[in-house]
Parts: sequence; structure tokens; C-alpha cells
Amino acid sequence: MATPVLEAIDQTQAPPQGPPRPNVIYTWLTTVDHKKIGLMYIAYALVFLLVGGVEAILMRIQLAVPNNHFISPQVFNQLFTMHGTTMVFFVGMPILFGFGNYLVPLMIGARDMAFPRLNAFSFWVSAFAGLLLYFSYFGASGLYAAGSAPDVGWFAYAPLTAKVFSPGHSTDYWTLAVFLSGVGSIGTALNIVTTILCMRCKGMKMSRMPLLPWLYLVMASLVFVAVSPLTAAQIMLTLDRYIGSHFFDTQAGGSAVLWMHFFWIFGHPEVYVLVLPAFAFVNEIVPVFSRKAMFGYPAMVAASVSIGFISLSVWAHHMFTVGLGAAGNTFFVFATMVISVPTGIKIFNWLATIWGGKVIFATPMMFCVGFLFQFLIAGLTGIMLSAAPFDWQLGNSYFVVAHFHYVLVGSILFAIFGAFYYWYPKVTGKMMSETLGKWHFWLFLIGFHLTFDFMHVPGLLGMPRRIYTYEAGRGWGGWNLIVGIGAIFQVAGLLFFVYNLVRSYYRGKEAGHDPWDAWTLEWAVPSPPPVYNFAIEPTVNSRRPLWDLKHPEDPDSDYE
Amino acid sequence: MAFLAPLFAVTALAQSPTNIFAPAATPAHSIFGLSMLVLSVTFGIFLVVGGLLLYALIRYRHRPTDSDHEPAQIYGSNQIELSWTVIPILIVVMLFLTTTRVILRTEAIPKPDNTMDVTVIGHQFWWEYRYPKLGIVTANELHIPTSDKANPKPTYLTMSSADVSHSFWVPRLAGKMDVIPNRVNTMWIDPPDAGLYLGQCAQYCGTQHAKMLLRVYAQSPEDFAAWASQQQKPAQQDFTGNPTAAAGQTVFMHNACINCHTVKGTVATGRFGPDLTHLAIRDTIAAGAVQNNPENLRRWIDDPNTMKPGSLMPAMHLNDHDLDLITAYLTQLH
Amino acid sequence: MMNTSSTIPVEGAIEAPWTLPYRGTVGMACLIVAEAAIFIIFVVAYIFYIGKSLSGPTPAQVLELPIFGTICLLSSSITVHFASSALRKNNLRGCTAFLAGTVLLGAIFLATTAREWHHLIYDEGLTIQTNLFGTTYYSLVGLHATHVIVGLILLSTTLAFSLTGHLKEEHEKKLEVLSLYWHFVDAVWVVVFLVVYVLGR
Ligand code: HEA
Ligand code: HEA
Ligand code: HEC
Ligand code: CUA
Ligand SMILES: [Cu+2]
Repeated sequence: MATPVLEAIDQTQAPPQGPPRPNVIYTWLTTVDHKKIGLMYIAYALVFLLVGGVEAILMRIQLAVPNNHFISPQVFNQLFTMHGTTMVFFVGMPILFGFGNYLVPLMIGARDMAFPRLNAFSFWVSAFAGLLLYFSYFGASGLYAAGSAPDVGWFAYAPLTAKVFSPGHSTDYWTLAVFLSGVGSIGTALNIVTTILCMRCKGMKMSRMPLLPWLYLVMASLVFVAVSPLTAAQIMLTLDRYIGSHFFDTQAGGSAVLWMHFFWIFGHPEVYVLVLPAFAFVNEIVPVFSRKAMFGYPAMVAASVSIGFISLSVWAHHMFTVGLGAAGNTFFVFATMVISVPTGIKIFNWLATIWGGKVIFATPMMFCVGFLFQFLIAGLTGIMLSAAPFDWQLGNSYFVVAHFHYVLVGSILFAIFGAFYYWYPKVTGKMMSETLGKWHFWLFLIGFHLTFDFMHVPGLLGMPRRIYTYEAGRGWGGWNLIVGIGAIFQVAGLLFFVYNLVRSYYRGKEAGHDPWDAWTLEWAVPSPPPVYNFAIEPTVNSRRPLWDLKHPEDPDSDYE
Repeated sequence: MAFLAPLFAVTALAQSPTNIFAPAATPAHSIFGLSMLVLSVTFGIFLVVGGLLLYALIRYRHRPTDSDHEPAQIYGSNQIELSWTVIPILIVVMLFLTTTRVILRTEAIPKPDNTMDVTVIGHQFWWEYRYPKLGIVTANELHIPTSDKANPKPTYLTMSSADVSHSFWVPRLAGKMDVIPNRVNTMWIDPPDAGLYLGQCAQYCGTQHAKMLLRVYAQSPEDFAAWASQQQKPAQQDFTGNPTAAAGQTVFMHNACINCHTVKGTVATGRFGPDLTHLAIRDTIAAGAVQNNPENLRRWIDDPNTMKPGSLMPAMHLNDHDLDLITAYLTQLH
Repeated sequence: MMNTSSTIPVEGAIEAPWTLPYRGTVGMACLIVAEAAIFIIFVVAYIFYIGKSLSGPTPAQVLELPIFGTICLLSSSITVHFASSALRKNNLRGCTAFLAGTVLLGAIFLATTAREWHHLIYDEGLTIQTNLFGTTYYSLVGLHATHVIVGLILLSTTLAFSLTGHLKEEHEKKLEVLSLYWHFVDAVWVVVFLVVYVLGR
């Protein structure tokens, strides 16, 4: 679909495509190029997605039937801790930073990030953190004593993490890994914000910036105020464990609830840190495949910014059962429910973008459609949880697990898959296979719904989370079996995805500059983009520079 | 939710002793009422928004017969955007106010005088119950009187933890409340019907979090009084006519058991493990993990890890003979 | 081949000259926000635990107002400001002198903290393990002191550059970024001072 106009204007030389040279590893290890770093982030996160996924499968096998003896309680507890920590810190964060790294400079017409070396540093710190976490299997007096990964849960409530209740070094690995990942995240976030504020090409006022950089701007700003508290809390926990301070030592008058506050002051904004980039992908994909401009761009920006702000004041909805008292609970109920207003604005704007368009159901769009429905449902189950008394029943049950997988898998992972299919041609110069993509989509969709729809039910029937087994008489058995079967479908879907990624690289159709007939700057450069991105710094005149170019008779700049 | 709604409906009918949609006490009823409201509002929103989305996707799909022209570009509309800001705000306010009402009705009412007070202490993987007014200490199986309109006798739980955080959750009676060290939380329950209500610890607290089960026995005031007077007695000490039990008692008192367990009226005054004074009356052992019968008891004492791996009671490495004796003794502790 | 660049052509001239903020400043501002969040958590912990220690010593018993150190640290903010404005005016010797002053004042501040800690540990027997006050006090003040040390290392490096004649007028923006950090460290001290020595006593 590449338009001739573009071919005409862009004569940037494609980089020479020779056989791989022996220094290829050296090049990647020492690179400071935002695209290479972005890809390393993504590759690294994909590996961890498979690792975390396998952990999830093991848990699902154990829970498929009551009184199962497949896994011991200790190992099960390590599995969900590692699964949660891996998925949030070593899948979600890096994959989203990876896309950000790759796309933000391209979309704002810059040649690199603001601080390329810091960028590399942040990546390697995060990468090291992930390895450190998994090294706990060997290092935390493991290996022969085997199985000594952390087992305190991904929010590691005090005082379970205190030396008395968690002897050995497993929790130390967890703390250090999360701490380092936080350092890396803050570094990358700093880079993203600075890049967006200081590196935009000529004419790209903030009001003309595509929505993806906008959302990354909000997301990165949130990282400063969300991840830093966690970093601080991890410092405290490390001090407690190593030199005997008493921050969270209930025996010395310390408070267990303080840790909860610190963790969720991080934890809640964190989930928006994860979801904002997912919104960003949808913001780019939905308009292109509906062939319409984004409906209500200013409202979209305003909604994102206000989500950022409101999300800082709702953390205690994870603590409705802590006994905050009626006043505290009431406040957090309100703050939490209010988030549905800006979030709703987003949903409605997407709806209005589709309305009156010509929707093309290519794989990226299909994943976005999945996202839209599933995010809607996930948000509504979130509203149920936010009604505090309802949460007294639902909290810490499988209903919560179902809610957050609906967001993390059904929304974020779906959006990420959409992003893979959408930008893969740009990154590799090859199209991904549509047939394999559809297989991936349908299998994963079926698996997702089997798993996470049915997971709500045991929650409503009183099944708490984080239990390694349950009795037969509770009426949870059948539901858990279905949930497990769904997980198998997800594996199948993911195998198609991995195969598609690899196969398309060698066998995919040539993509050209602009296979989707899209509108933002990254599609103006060759695929894959040269090291310097833009031979000459571009100049833009509207939010959709390529639209203006393709439709000189009716440019966007007339309407903004 | 198109998918979920039927599931919710199924849930309401499902057979489960811990179904949150089968409330059996006032707090659980208030929550149930609220949940029905929230469910219908959210379901309504889903129908409208999901329906519009589905309609748009089908109606505006690209058809092969379409012309090559791009559709009309529309950049926004203030009225429409305003309306989908204001309507959700109204819904939110409505939901918020209803929620607040239930919060106040459950959390912020003053404690009446005629309550049954119980102190709940969470331990790693078992529950301790103390009835300060009655002078009773017991473990794992909570007995409470029923409470009806004519004769209200709500049970007030004052909760804290001896080690890490736990959470007290018996879905049919009330929502959960965390049990946190160095902090006192309260909740109340008032089931009108006698019966056994199940639940379990709902805050991850370590290896055996899964088998930190809750059993609440609601009894008619008479039955409860009978139970209480039995509990107030010291443990049986006179085993004339039952030499095995008598020998078992001696073995017990000369083992480390007494460092961790209390048997009222004897030298056993440990507080690390559950009070065993009236162990034989309990239906289950090890926080509901297994039935309380001689075989299980014997296996438990031999090596708790076979039934509840990670439990904080060590394997006592007694010989078969001593095991038999101690088991015989413990089964006599009515 | 009419056009051989990837420039997206625009009709009409660009409205205004295209200027964007200096990235060093923005980066530092981001860092400061992140650091501020870390400090806030430590300050919250400090305030939350005021008066909750199960055993002594209490702040009122052992803490004295570190007036001298505070004066030194706050004045170092002024000297660093003069250093960067001297550099802007290409007054290299003035800049060197003010940098040296800043480093000196910062070092004096650190020394007063060190003395205070020595006193608390060896005379009063207060360590980070003693009680909640010790825990929160040493970690908060220590976190701040760590930042002073980092700042001093950066400032001394700059001083070394300027002594060897490597610091030029064109580095003025970079020095300004550094002084921004130093101002932040000072501002944090004001908060720490108020919380630990005024509110906490
Ligand atoms: C990306 C992740 C993500 C996102 C976006 C959300 C979004 C929301 N979440 Fe979720 N949540 C998690 C991830 C996420 N959550 C995780 C990981 C946990 C558990 C952590 C753990 O315990 O391990 C959790 C737990 C969690 C809890 C605590 C449960 C408990 O542990 O007891 C609560 C309670 O309030 C909650 C609420 C909400 C709400 C109200 C939203 C809202 O933002 C949703 C808003 C969206 C909509 C409402 C839909 C669209 C709106 C409209 C169509 C407008 C009209 C609607 C109305 C007027 C209602 N979430
Ligand atoms: C981004 C975040 C994310 C993602 C993507 C997932 C994905 C999944 N999660 Fe996870 N989950 C969390 C974040 C996430 N989770 C968090 C934060 C927790 C809380 C932890 C805690 O309580 O501390 C949690 C907890 C959690 C639990 C609760 C555990 C408990 O409380 O006891 C369960 C149980 O079913 C579960 C299941 C799953 C499943 C089945 C998937 C599936 O979607 C996974 C699909 C992926 C795969 C299946 C990988 C595919 C693998 C291959 C293609 C390789 C195949 C090769 C071989 C098998 C050889 N998760
Ligand atoms: C180190 C402490 C310790 C010692 C010693 C110990 N126990 Fe225990 N015991 C416990 C703990 C803790 C539990 C609760 C375990 C659980 O449910 O997870 C327990 C539970 C029990 C129970 C089940 C009680 C119930 O109501 O669930 C019995 C019976 C019991 N112990 C008997 C014994 C006997 C007999 C001995 C000595 C031979 C003994 N214990 C020695 C700590 C100890
Ligand atoms: Cu106690 Cu979980
Ligand atoms: Cu939240």
C-alpha cells in the first residue's frame, strides 16, 4: 500500500545489508542506539514472558483439581511470587519501555533519545535485575537445598519479609532485583521525558505530537512519582534485613500497614504505568485501521493526564480490608471510582473514531478490538472492587486475580500483540504472516476467555488467591479445571506468535516504508530505519504529517 | 461481561459453602444488596457501551465494494464529549453514595452492650480464640451464639496477629478483615441460623496459608451455653480406668509438647501452638486441615509435615509406643 | 528525483523560531522529582514513627540543633549560584573561587553531621538498631548525607577541571545543571531540618 508520494520524498539510504559480521555481538552489547536498545528490551521481555507463562502453567496444573500433589506448597508460593514479579517488572515494564525506546524518537522526528548512554545503562541495569531475581534459584543457598526463590508474593507484605519469618537470602534477591529494576525504570523514564520535551522536530508543538509520545510522557512522569517510593521502600526493607533497622519490624513497634501504604503508593500508579502505553498503541492502531483521525485528540490528552494525576490518590483501594476506618475507605472509594470518568472518555473516543470509519480487520486491529472489549469488562470489574464493601468479599480472592489478568493480559498483552503486528514491518522490513496472526489471535482469545472469564467464579465462591490447593467440597474444582484448559490454549496461541515472529523475519513479504498507509513520522523512513533515523530533520505542520502529504487537498493542519 | 453475566448468574445458584451470594448474617446481607446494585449498573454500562462498539465494528467494517475514498475525517465534537463526561460522573456519584451508606452501616455503628466478645489471634497457620468474659481459650473452631431480631446477640471479634498478617474471611457471614500484628481490628457477625460456616485465611501468610481454614459454629443460645460451660472446665486429669491415657499423659508432660501447648490445669502452658485442653471436642485438627480422629492425630504428632508441610509444629520423633499413648491421651481431652 | 531528503515539506514558513528546553535541565528536573519522591517516603516514615519508639533515647534527649552546619550548607547554595553566574560572564577565576568555597562549605556540613553521628553512637548509644527513632533518623539524615557526598564529588570534579583550566564558558549550562542539583540537596536539608530537629523534637 506504500504510497508513491513517500517513495518520492524519502531517498534515505537503507543501511548496507551484508552478512552478519563477527563483531555483531559486540555491536549489540555496546550499542547506544535507541532502536537496538528498544529491541533488546523487547527480546528480553519476551523471554521472561515465556518464563513467567510457564510458571503460570505450573500453577494452573496444580490447581486444576482439588487436593493435588503436583507441586509442594513451598514451590507453589515461589511460583506465584516469581510469576507476579517477573510479569510486572521484567515483562510489562521492559516490553513497554522497549516499544517506547524504539518508537518515541521516530515519532517525534528525533535521531536518538536525549541521553543515549544513560539509555544503555538503564537497559543493562534492568537486565541484570532480572537475572539477579532468577539467580535466587541458585544463589539463595539454593542449588542443593534447591528451590529457594523468593516466596513472599509480589507485594511482599511486611512482616513476612522480615528476617525472622523469611530467613535465608531469597527475599534479599527479590528486594535487590526490584530495586535495580526501579533504578533502570527511572533512568529510562527520565530519558523518555527529556526526549519528548527537548528533541521534537521542527513544528511539532506539544499540541501536534502524536498520542503515543503523549501517553509515554504521562507514563514516564508517573514512573518518577510511583517507582521512586518503591525504591525508597526497598532501601528500608534492605536496611531492615541487613543491618537490623526496624522500619517494618512489628516487634519493635514498627507498622506492617506502613509497608502496605508504601507498596501501593507505587503499586497502583504502576498498573497505570503499564496500561498507558497499551492505550498508546491502541491510539495509533485504531485510527489507522478505521481510516479516520483520532476523535477528540485534546480530550484524549486531557484524560491521560488526569488519569495520571488521579491514579496517585487511589492506592488504598488495595487496602480496603486493612481496617482504615469508614472515613478512609470512603475517600478511596470516591477517588477510585472517579478514574472511570477519564477512562470512559478514552473508550468513548475510540468508539467514536471507529464510528463512521472503514474498519479493516487486519491482525493489529483485531487485537485492538479484543483490547477494547476486554478493557471495558476489566474496568467494570474494577468498579465492582472499588465499592469497598463489595471488596471486603472480593478482595484477595480469585475475583481480583481475574480482574487484574483481564487488564494485564486481556488489555495490555492484547495491545502489545497488536503493536507487534503493527510495527514489526517497520522494525524488520518484513510483514508478519496474517494467517499465523489470525491463528495466534483466535487461539489466544479463546484461551484468554476460558481462563480468565471462568476465574471470576471461584472468587465469588470464596476461593482466596495464593493457595496451593483446596478441598473438594468447596465447589471450586470444575471451574479451576476450565481455567487450566484455557491456559493450554494460551500456550498454543503464543507458540504461533513466536513462530510467526521468527518465520516472518526470513520469509515475510517485503513491507516497504509504509505498509499500513499510516500517518505518523515513523512511516516516512525506510524499514528498518537507518541508524540516524532521518537523513534530514523533518518538519511537521500537523498531527498527521503523512496524511497532509498524501492528501494535500485536505490537510489536517486546516482543522487543528 | 456478555460472557460474565451468565457466569454470575450461575454463581448465585452454585453449591458452595463459601458462596458470597448466599449471605447468612447482617454484614454479608448488606454487602449482597450493594453488590446486586453494582452488578446491575455495571452490566447496564456494558450492554450500552459494548453494544455500541459491536454495532460500530459491524456497521462500519470495510467492505470490498467500498470506494477507495477515505471516510470523512471527524476531529471531535464538544457536545458529545461533554455528554460522555457528565453521564459517567452522575453514575459515579450515585454508586459512591450507595457504597458509602453500606460502609457506614457496617463499619461505623456503635457497639451495643449485649455482645459476645471474642479475641481472635492469627498465628502462622492456625487461629486462637479467646473469650475474655467467659474465660475460655480455644483454637481453630469458633463457636458463637446465633442472633435473631427478637434476641440479638451479635458477636464482636477483636483481632490481632502474633506474627504476620492474616485475614479473617467467612464469606457467608461478613466480608474479610485483615488480622495484622501490632494493630487491632474489629468486625462483627450475627448469623440468625445455627450451622457451620466455612472460610479461610485470606491474606498470604506463608507456606501453609492455604490450610489456615476457618470454621465458625453458630449455635442456639442453649447449645452455646453448654459448649461454653464445658470449655470453662480444666482438662480431664483423672484417668483411672484408662491406663493408656494415663501413661500418655505422662509422656506428653515429659515431652517438648508442653513448651508449645497449653492443657489447662497441668504443667503444659506453652502458647506457641493451639490450646489442647478440650482437643477431643473439636471436629478437625491443624486449622481444619484434617478430621480429628485417632489415626489422623497419631500421624499428625508423628510428623505434621505429612499432612501440612511447612506447619510450624516440628516432627516430634516419638516411638510408636509413645505415639499410641499420646494419641490415647489426647482423644480423652473432652 | 525531485526531492532527496526525508523532510516533510511544509507550505509557508514556520511560524516562530523553533526552540526547545535544554535537555540537561529537563533531565535534572526529572531526577529531582524522582529523588524528591524518595525523600518524601523517608520523611513520611520519620513523621509516622515520631513518638512510637518502644524504648529510648528520644529525639528530645539527644538531638541538638545543627545550626552551624545548616548555615554552611545553605550558604553553599549561594556560592554555587555565584560560581555559575561567574562562568556565564566568563570570569573563570571567580568561578574557581566560588566552586572552592562551595566544596569547602559542603565539606564542613558533612563534618558536622559526622560529628553528630559520632556523638550519638558513642556517647548516647543510639544506633540504627536501637529503636524506631534511630532507624528513621539515621536513614533519613544518612540518605541526605549520601546526596551531599555525591554532590561534593561532582563539585570537586568540576573544581579540578576549573583548576586545570578545562572549564570554559561554554560549559556554563552544565554547571547550571549541577548547581540545580546542589540547590535541591539544600532544599531537602531544609525539610529534613524542620522534620527531624524542629517537629521531631
Ligand atoms: C493495568 C492494570 C490495571 C488497571 C488499568 C486497573 C484498573 C482499575 N482497577 Fe485494578 N488492579 C490491577 C490492575 C489494574 N487495575 C492489579 C494488578 C490489581 C491487583 C494487585 C494485587 O493485589 O496483586 C488490581 C486490583 C484492584 C483493586 C483491589 C482489589 C483487592 O485487592 O482487594 C481494586 C479496587 O478498587 C481495583 C480497581 C480498579 C479500578 C476501579 C480500575 C479503573 O481504572 C477502571 C476504569 C475503567 C472503566 C470503569 C471502564 C470504562 C469506563 C466507562 C465505559 C465509563 C462508564 C463507567 C462508569 C461510570 C463506571 N483494582
Ligand atoms: C503482565 C502481567 C501478567 C501476565 C501476562 C500474567 C499471565 C498469566 N497469569 Fe498471572 N499474575 C500476575 C501478572 C500476570 N500474569 C500477577 C502480578 C500476579 C500476582 C502474583 C502474586 O499473587 O504475588 C499473578 C498471579 C497469577 C495467578 C494467581 C496465583 C495465586 O494467587 O495463587 C494465576 C493463577 O492462575 C495466574 C495465571 C496466569 C496465567 C494462566 C497467565 C497466562 O496468560 C500466561 C500465558 C503465557 C504463557 C502460557 C507462556 C507461553 C509459553 C510458551 C509459548 C512456551 C511454551 C513452552 C513450554 C511449555 C515448554 N497468575
Ligand atoms: C515448636 C512448637 C511445638 C511443639 C514442641 C509441639 N507442637 Fe503441637 N502444634 C504446634 C503448632 C504451631 C501447631 C499448629 C499447627 C498448624 O495448625 O499449622 C500445633 C498443633 C498441634 C495439634 C493440633 C491442634 C489443633 O487443634 O489443630 C496437636 C494435637 C498437637 N499440636 C499436639 C502436639 C503434641 C502431642 C506434641 C508433643 C509430642 C506437640 N504438639 C509438640 C507447635 C508445637
Ligand atoms: Cu494466615 Cu494466610
Ligand atoms: Cu489499584
